[in-house]
Amino acid sequence: MPKLWPWAQGKTETKAEAKVEAEAEKKAESEQKSGRPSMAKPKMALYWAASCGGCEIAVVRLYEKILDVANTFEIVLWPCVMDFKYKDVEALPDKSILITLFNGAIRNSEQEHMARMLREKSQVLVAYGACAHIGGIPGLGNVSNRQDIFERAYRETPSTVNEEGTYPQLSFQVPEGELTLPEFYDTVRALDQVVPVDYYIPGCPPTKHQTEAVVEAVIAAVTEGAELPPAGSVIGASTKTVCDDCPRIREEKSIKAIYRPYQIIPDPEKCLLDQGILCAGPATRGGCEAPCPQVNMPCIGCYGPSPGAMDQGAKLLSAVTSNIDSRDPEEIERILGGIPDSIAAFYMFGLPASLLHRIRLERGAAREAEAAAKGAQ
Amino acid sequence: MEEPKIGVFICHCGTNIAGTVDIDEVREFAAGLPGVVSARDYKFTCSEPGQLQIKEDVKNLGLNRVVVAACSPRMHEITFRKAVAEVGLNPYLLQIANIREQDSWVHKNGSTEKAKALIRAAVQRANLLESLERREVPVTPSVLVVGGGIAGIQAALNIANANHKVYLVEREPSIGGRMIQLDKTFPTLDCSSCILTPKMAAVGSHPNIELMTYSEVEDVSGYIGNFKVKVRKKPRYVDSELCTGCGICIEKCPWKTDSEFDMGLGKRKAVYTPFPQAVPNVPVIDPDVCVYFEKGTCRACEKFCPPGAIAWDQKEETVELEVGAIIVATGYDLLDPSPLTQYGYKRLDNVITSLEFERMCSATGPTGGELVLKDGSAPQSVAIIHCVGSRDKNYCEYCSRVCCMYALKYSHLIGEKTDADVYQLYIDMRCYGKGFEEFYKRLSDEGVNFVRGKVAQVTDQVAGEEEQGKLVVVTEDTLLGRMLRIPVDMVILCPAMVARADADEVARRFLINRGADGFFLERHPKLEPVATASDGVFVVGCAQGPKDIPDTVAQASAGAAEALSLIDRGTVEIEAATAVVDEEMCSGCKICLALCPYNAITFDEEKKLANVNDILCKGCGVCVAACPSAAITGRHFTDKQIFAEIDGLLADVKPPLVAV
Repeated sequence: MPKLWPWAQGKTETKAEAKVEAEAEKKAESEQKSGRPSMAKPKMALYWAASCGGCEIAVVRLYEKILDVANTFEIVLWPCVMDFKYKDVEALPDKSILITLFNGAIRNSEQEHMARMLREKSQVLVAYGACAHIGGIPGLGNVSNRQDIFERAYRETPSTVNEEGTYPQLSFQVPEGELTLPEFYDTVRALDQVVPVDYYIPGCPPTKHQTEAVVEAVIAAVTEGAELPPAGSVIGASTKTVCDDCPRIREEKSIKAIYRPYQIIPDPEKCLLDQGILCAGPATRGGCEAPCPQVNMPCIGCYGPSPGAMDQGAKLLSAVTSNIDSRDPEEIERILGGIPDSIAAFYMFGLPASLLHRIRLERGAAREAEAAAKGAQ
Repeated sequence: MEEPKIGVFICHCGTNIAGTVDIDEVREFAAGLPGVVSARDYKFTCSEPGQLQIKEDVKNLGLNRVVVAACSPRMHEITFRKAVAEVGLNPYLLQIANIREQDSWVHKNGSTEKAKALIRAAVQRANLLESLERREVPVTPSVLVVGGGIAGIQAALNIANANHKVYLVEREPSIGGRMIQLDKTFPTLDCSSCILTPKMAAVGSHPNIELMTYSEVEDVSGYIGNFKVKVRKKPRYVDSELCTGCGICIEKCPWKTDSEFDMGLGKRKAVYTPFPQAVPNVPVIDPDVCVYFEKGTCRACEKFCPPGAIAWDQKEETVELEVGAIIVATGYDLLDPSPLTQYGYKRLDNVITSLEFERMCSATGPTGGELVLKDGSAPQSVAIIHCVGSRDKNYCEYCSRVCCMYALKYSHLIGEKTDADVYQLYIDMRCYGKGFEEFYKRLSDEGVNFVRGKVAQVTDQVAGEEEQGKLVVVTEDTLLGRMLRIPVDMVILCPAMVARADADEVARRFLINRGADGFFLERHPKLEPVATASDGVFVVGCAQGPKDIPDTVAQASAGAAEALSLIDRGTVEIEAATAVVDEEMCSGCKICLALCPYNAITFDEEKKLANVNDILCKGCGVCVAACPSAAITGRHFTDKQIFAEIDGLLADVKPPLVAV
């Protein structure tokens, strides 16, 4: 039995029930094969929060294996693919869902609500994909805040006409009644910054073979009682970095200039970082089989930090800058000038989960006024 | 891991700590921290009874971690490590909380609270400390001395006389340095070359000294006791084995250029020795001047050389040396006074620097020892301007220490050679050394004019008959309280002594630091005046700061003694807090390879992994920080230990605005 997080302690009976259920499931399967009606299967939920939908595609990309998933589990929530109502899930007893694959970061109150609700209902909560794992691309929103994002999105963008200055409101009275919207937060969080998470499957999106492996392992655990990895593990990934998978030839580093991929035609045999292309491979957990560097594109770090690393971006920053081959401050400045946007370059995926987490929020009068206005709403 | 039993020992340091920190309050706080079984205080924990307190508690209470809250670990970490080791505790299970330099000395308010935070940090870190084993490695019993001036010569002779091998590397074709450029030396007025050349000759012939002139240290690797040094020998184009030093080549060579040794006042040939008493007495051919290298013709030297020692095909070669200690004695430069335009150097004729004056006075110098103006006549009056760039916040804030005295010496030399009136234009006369004040008195009696004031300018804009054709020194006489215009024929500037132009490069090569003044930094200004931040590397002479010859010689001998005590010991203990690579996590990205300043990281081509050599590693942590996959851990400074320390330090600090 996997050791679960403290929040799950004392719920062993439910786990035991799950096992009973699993056995029942086995029985059900055999019954199914024998043409008799199916008994209750273990329940599975899939949810998307602040994400692009790529993770959903990654699940669908299991192709025929998706049938095994459907055979093994009773899917109770999958908004992207099937029609379920939140209230039906809310009505389920706690811990009645065996496993939830949760993709996307937490950016608004609806996502937070769903994360908490699914945590309650699930025995095993999996942060699926980079956004749930470490914040992902939406996490770059942490260099801004709600007000600035709204300004940009609802007023400043060239294609926007908003003469009345209409911004999203939490609630609005119309003759038919009250309309509400989820609250948009200042800060994007990774899933485990909101609720405890049992497993992480990294990647943007997780690669097909890793998803397959994880699904097989879970099915094996459900159907044959096979052991799951210890709770808190990153699964579907290796302990080494992308460099371990990358076939390019690496030399001692000496970075004389930093290029963006379009600026040079890289040598297909040599390490991209050796050629001055900012590749996050050395600071990124492997297991993806290095598809990006193999097509001349640098790793952008979607698998997150390597197992021992505290902060992926800081690690990459430190590794790259300490190999800048110059002693002359002006030249160093020039070389580093080749990085157009340091946060995006070093923290493309991991900003919310990093030590930085976000840029400082002003505590000033403007924010207090805003808070007061919010209170008045 | 065993249950931590931590003892906290709080030092009063007399009133240094107890004066601002409430010791009783801190002790009670410490006693209540998790894992702490005893917290005690003492007036001077570093004293014998203070150490005994620690040892007894370790024995009686079975402490397995010790936290000492006292001064900086740079001060007494070694003391306390030894103390705990004596009662069988691994020295790496000791943690220092610096509540003096980082607390009581710098805070008037809140120092008690900060002491608590620092101790809590130390206790939390102590929980996670691990035992480490130190190892001893053998020492290479030889010394590299860099720089062949009086400092390097003295150090080399001291060590060689103790029967140890010395490699003396000098950039110029001959040893002798600045001192051999000087004419006479203050305050005794003995001739510089008379006292130096016997030492130079002794170096040249010493069986234990391998003299490498016209050579430069290119690369240093390794560590205390076991340095590997690459020395680049420039081609002399003269075979040292064959050359007899007869000097015929120099005589016959038709090509001339300005002599560096004579500060450009005289000429030298394309094949030359910098001065007649050069050691080694083997000329070099300057390929920038020699026409053979440009056109392939001339070869006069070759034709006339009796032993046929001219070797056109000599190439630059790199020699690798193994030494146990290094003494850096690279000397100083004189500040170029031309940017101080008010003094007119290089703009007005007959404004010269002190070193130019020294060369002019020298019997082997460009004027054969005659003091002459540009037109060949003898000066009727000479002004000597002190503190040119020294004691000047625009250039060098420090005092160059020797100018007052050599300026006095110049008065005497000028008096010997001419009838000129001499004016000393000084800010303060600093005659602090042995025999200095007496020398000052003697010169005052010789009729030198002392004018106290900082010179405003030296000009050729004359005002009146008596200034016609003269240089006019404009200054305030602060004792008389009025402006003076002093017409003179010659002005001698006493420029500041400054760090060598390439001091930065040298500092990097030997991993030593530089002070704010640019000179190499000693480890401790009082107690470790010749040691540097790099173990086994010592710095002596003017490379460390301006000083006169007696101080330089004394310091050089001190450096030699330090080096000897290191190499004579036979072994050296090496750092146990080194970096280690986790093979399970290293992906062989090679980020770390070029970064190690000690060349301790190699790449295992078979396993495709980086490898840290435990003996070479000094635990600096560069690779630990740079390793992008966190596969390298710095022992004794693990992430966990450091974060525990930070958590302890900041436990009282409210987290920043939690942003949602």
